[in-house]
Amino acid sequence: MKKRALAMLLAGAFACTSLFVGGCAKEAETKETLTVFNYGEYLDPEVIEMFTEETGIRILYEEAVTPEDLYTKYKSGAIEYDLLCTSDYMLEKLIQEGELKEIDTSSFEHIGNVGERYFEFSKSFDPENKYTLPYFWGTVGILYNKDKVKGEIDSWEVLFNGDYAGEVIMQNSMRDSYLVALKYLGYSLNTTDPEELKEAQDVLLAQKPDVQAYLVDEVREEMVAENAAVAVIYSGEAYLAHDYNDKLMYAVPKEGSNLWIDAWGVTKYCDNMDAAQKFLDFLCREDVAQMNYEYIYYSTVNDAVVENMSEEDKANGALIPPEGVLEDCEVLKQLDQDTTDLMNDYWKELKAD
Amino acid sequence: MVERVKDFISRFYLALIIVFLYAPIAVLIVLSFNDSRSRVVWGGFTLRWYQVLFSNHQIMDALWTTIGLALLSAGIATLIGVLAALGIQAMRRRGYQVMMMFTNIPMLNADIVTGIALMLWFVRFMPLGFTSVLLAHITFNIPYVILSVMPKIKQMNLSVYEAARDLGAGAVYAFFKVLLPQLMSGIVAGFFMAFTMSMDDFVITYFTKGAGVNTLSTMIYGELKKGIKPEMYALSTLIFVTVFALLLVVNFLPKKKEKNL
Repeated sequence: MKKRALAMLLAGAFACTSLFVGGCAKEAETKETLTVFNYGEYLDPEVIEMFTEETGIRILYEEAVTPEDLYTKYKSGAIEYDLLCTSDYMLEKLIQEGELKEIDTSSFEHIGNVGERYFEFSKSFDPENKYTLPYFWGTVGILYNKDKVKGEIDSWEVLFNGDYAGEVIMQNSMRDSYLVALKYLGYSLNTTDPEELKEAQDVLLAQKPDVQAYLVDEVREEMVAENAAVAVIYSGEAYLAHDYNDKLMYAVPKEGSNLWIDAWGVTKYCDNMDAAQKFLDFLCREDVAQMNYEYIYYSTVNDAVVENMSEEDKANGALIPPEGVLEDCEVLKQLDQDTTDLMNDYWKELKAD
Repeated sequence: MVERVKDFISRFYLALIIVFLYAPIAVLIVLSFNDSRSRVVWGGFTLRWYQVLFSNHQIMDALWTTIGLALLSAGIATLIGVLAALGIQAMRRRGYQVMMMFTNIPMLNADIVTGIALMLWFVRFMPLGFTSVLLAHITFNIPYVILSVMPKIKQMNLSVYEAARDLGAGAVYAFFKVLLPQLMSGIVAGFFMAFTMSMDDFVITYFTKGAGVNTLSTMIYGELKKGIKPEMYALSTLIFVTVFALLLVVNFLPKKKEKNL
């Protein structure tokens, strides 16, 4: 009697495991699947369900936190991703390493919804627009509390002139810090000139006593809590911050700034190009782009969605920068090794106490 | 007087420790009722996040994966662990020492090393998916079961088992009637230990999971870029309350007479 119970227990355990093994294998065989790699919270989950319903293609969805995170996990080769979405400079690196396949965007039914200018922006990392499909974009700028600042905020100067000593929050990330200083000095944020970097370093070192904190994710919450007057922030975060606390305003400084683009690429592991292109085309469809826009609240590349925005959203500089602002903005590029090393050394020096 | 000051200090110290331990959890619980997505703005009381939580497929999937994984891996690890412990106990001195050392290694080894090693190993033989995570969890769970069962085996009186056999009980009958009851408290402790370890694990899961498989910990990690969603506060609150209620029941319910243990 008891013997039988034990045997059944064992058999049950094995059945369970083989069920899982078998279950996974079976589904992969009978259905088309796409393995998609994206940033966290960067696609409305309902969009995935809709896509599977409409096309029968199953999506295995995986999330990463930072571009570096995504790159490392992709490169480890443990999972063969078909599609990935990441940031400009990381895409540039992937293209250079031959990791991405060409996409034929001209065959997309809904490609007309994507504004031409985003393809222009993308040329800085994908010169012939062969490998990537723009997804969301934005700028880096200044988030300020209108009750705590005097006059209009339209220049990086407010971070450096000591007016708001102890009330300044900077980004705790190397490229973001130096791009602010470089743009303030009127240089390109992709400069490889050691002298210009040295100047930027001097500016940042001089600014350090005035800086309340170097933060990443907490910038938004600190500003919402009114713990500081001005902060360097990404436009998408700025929009949310304004939502929580309407004293918070966003401005892209007149000296120009960083324009960032997150875009999709198809990896060399993808052996179902049709399905991958179908998915990308799907993302361009107006109702889908609308859902994603509402879920993420970053600036969308989908002009059809932009047209239907509320007047309030259209007037929001964090979502749609006013005319002219983007002229002096640049997309970050992958720097050569010497410049990266130099910047790393400077960054360590800056962050050391 | 001195006694009273001493008394006060020791109480104050205790209170301080409790505050440090539980204040963050209290904050989390309060935030789960906050009608604003921001951590620093109080938007009024709401149960909205609990509603959103239960209608969010992703979170619910991750929750069931986490619980299923923990139960399954703890169950299988307990089975293997108990058999292994009995086997190791029966070994000669040298073999015993060697096996116990190998048992300790996965526990002392850094999670990240175990995780990457398992990932490299799995990639050779199978696609990463639920199964690979399950195998990984079973692997790191087994030592905890062995280590909590081993002392019980040592305390156990083997003569009772031999007597049962002498009196005509079959090996299996004697195992269930004589051995198992003596080991039961160790087995239960091992199972719960393994269950908790599996629930808690992030690093090993992160490296061995396949695309589309998410446990709560890997899912929360994915949310870090845009900030943890309030639904997670609600879920964490529910988990905390469940565990707290279980502890209350276990500690304050009148103990039943321990019959078989």
